[in-house]
Amino acid sequence: MNYIASIGSYFIMIREVFKKPTKWSIMKTLILKEIDELVYGSMGIIIFISFFIGGVVSIQTALNITNPLIPRNLIGFATRQSVILEFAPTFTSIIMAGKVGSYITSSIGTMRVTEQIDALEIMGVNSLNYLVFPKIIAMLFYPFVIAIAMYVGIFGGWTAGVFGGFSSSADFVEGLQLDFIPFHITYSFVKSIVFALIIATIPSFHGYYMKGGALEVGKASTTAFVWTSVVIIIVNYILTQLLLG
Amino acid sequence: MIEVDNIHKSFGESHVLKGISSNFEKGKTNLIIGQSGSGKTVFLKCLLGLFTPDEGTISYDGKIYSELSASEQRNLRQEMGMVFQGSALFDSMTVQGNVMFPLGMFTKQSKSEMQDRVDFVLKRVNLVDAHNKFPSEISGGMQKRVAIARAIVMNPKYLFCDEPNSGLDPKTAILIDNLIHEITQEYDITTVINTHDMNSVMEIGEKIIFLKNGLKEWEGSNKEIFKTENEAVTDFVYSSELFKKVRQMYIEERN
Repeated sequence: MNYIASIGSYFIMIREVFKKPTKWSIMKTLILKEIDELVYGSMGIIIFISFFIGGVVSIQTALNITNPLIPRNLIGFATRQSVILEFAPTFTSIIMAGKVGSYITSSIGTMRVTEQIDALEIMGVNSLNYLVFPKIIAMLFYPFVIAIAMYVGIFGGWTAGVFGGFSSSADFVEGLQLDFIPFHITYSFVKSIVFALIIATIPSFHGYYMKGGALEVGKASTTAFVWTSVVIIIVNYILTQLLLG
Repeated sequence: MIEVDNIHKSFGESHVLKGISSNFEKGKTNLIIGQSGSGKTVFLKCLLGLFTPDEGTISYDGKIYSELSASEQRNLRQEMGMVFQGSALFDSMTVQGNVMFPLGMFTKQSKSEMQDRVDFVLKRVNLVDAHNKFPSEISGGMQKRVAIARAIVMNPKYLFCDEPNSGLDPKTAILIDNLIHEITQEYDITTVINTHDMNSVMEIGEKIIFLKNGLKEWEGSNKEIFKTENEAVTDFVYSSELFKKVRQMYIEERN
C-alpha cells in the first residue's frame, strides 16, 4: 500500500514541478548550473568507465572465439552492438544513478532538513519547480553524454583489441561497419532520454519528501539509488521489448 | 492584523490544536509560548500556510486564507517574512545572495536598485561587512540577522519568527529580540514569535498567548503575566528560582 501511495505522490510531484514556473532570468542560471553539475561534471567518470568497459567487451569476445571459422571482425561487431545497445545507455545510467542521483537526493534532502525548502515555500516560490525543473532540463543533455560514452567505449574496444593483439585494426573497423542498423542509435538515445528523466526525478522525490535529520539524508540517498536502478532496469526491459521486439 | 478563529489540527490520532482563537495586532510583537509539545510549532505553521487547519479559519487583514486560490495564497505569502529557528539560509549563496533572493525572484528591480535595498536592510540589522561571506562562515547571531534581513527585504506585512534566539548567548539573544521589536514598530508589521525564552516574554511580549495541550490557556501582555494567577502560566514562566524571586519582588513592590 505504501508503494502505491509513493507512486501516486511521485506523479503528483511531477505535476507540481511544471506549475507556477520560476522567473526565466533565475531559471536560466539554475539550468546552466545544473548542466555543469550533473552533465559536464559527470563526463570524467563516464569517459573512464566507458573506455574500460569497451576494452573488456572486446577482450572477452576475442577470448571466446575459439572456432577458426568465426571471422575476427566479430570482435568489432560485438563491441559495437554491446556498447551501443546496452553498455553506453544502461550501464552508464546505473553509474549515473549512483553519482548524480545521490547528489540530487542529498542536496535536496539537506535543504529539507535545514528548512530551506520551507523558506522557499513561505516566500511564495514553487520549490518543486525551483529545485527539480532545472535538473530535468539539464538531464535532457544526457544523450550527449551517452553519445560520448558510445564513442569512447568503441575506442576502448579498438584499443584493447588491436594493442592486445586480439584483432587487426582493419578487422575491427570492418566489424564495426558490419550490418549496422541506424535505428539502434535511435533506440539507445530514446532509452537515454527516458533514463535521464528517471535519474532527475526519482532522487528528487526521495530528497524532497524525506523526513528526519542528517542520518536520514544518507538513508534517502541509498534508497533513491536502489529505486532509480530498479526503475531503470524495468524500463530498459519494457523499452527494449517495445522498440526492438 | 491576523485573526484566528477556532482552528483545529490533527495528525492521525493525535489532536494537536483543539480550537484556538485569537488575533495578532499590527505593529505589535505577539508571542506564542508553551511547553514542548503544546502545539506552538504546528500553530505557527498553520499561520504560515504550511499546514492546513482541519477546522476553523485564519484571516490576514480580512482575507481568509483557505478561501484564496493557490495563486492568491502564493501572493499572500510574498507579504510574509519568516525567521526560522535554524535561520534556513541558502547555504550555497552568500549573505548578499540570500538577502537579494526574494528581490530577484519577485521584483523587476534593476541590479543596482536591489543592491541598494540589500545594503539598506543589512545595515538595518547591523551587518555591514558580511556581504560576500557564506552562511557557514558567520556566527549563529549573524545568521539570525541575515535571516531577519531576508525576511524584511520585501517590506512584509507579517513577520513570523520560530524561536529566533535559540542557541544564542543571552546578550546576542536580547539584541535579536530588540531588533525584531524595533523593526515591528518601525515598519508597522504584524509580528508573531514562537519562543521558549522568558527574557523575550518579559522584554518584548506586547501580546502573549500561552498554549497548553493544544488549547489557548492564557492570553495577555508582559505586564499582565506578572500578575496572573493562572497556575499553568506561573508554573511555566516562573519555573526557575530566579524568575520566582523576581516575581515575588515585583508583587511585594506593587503591594
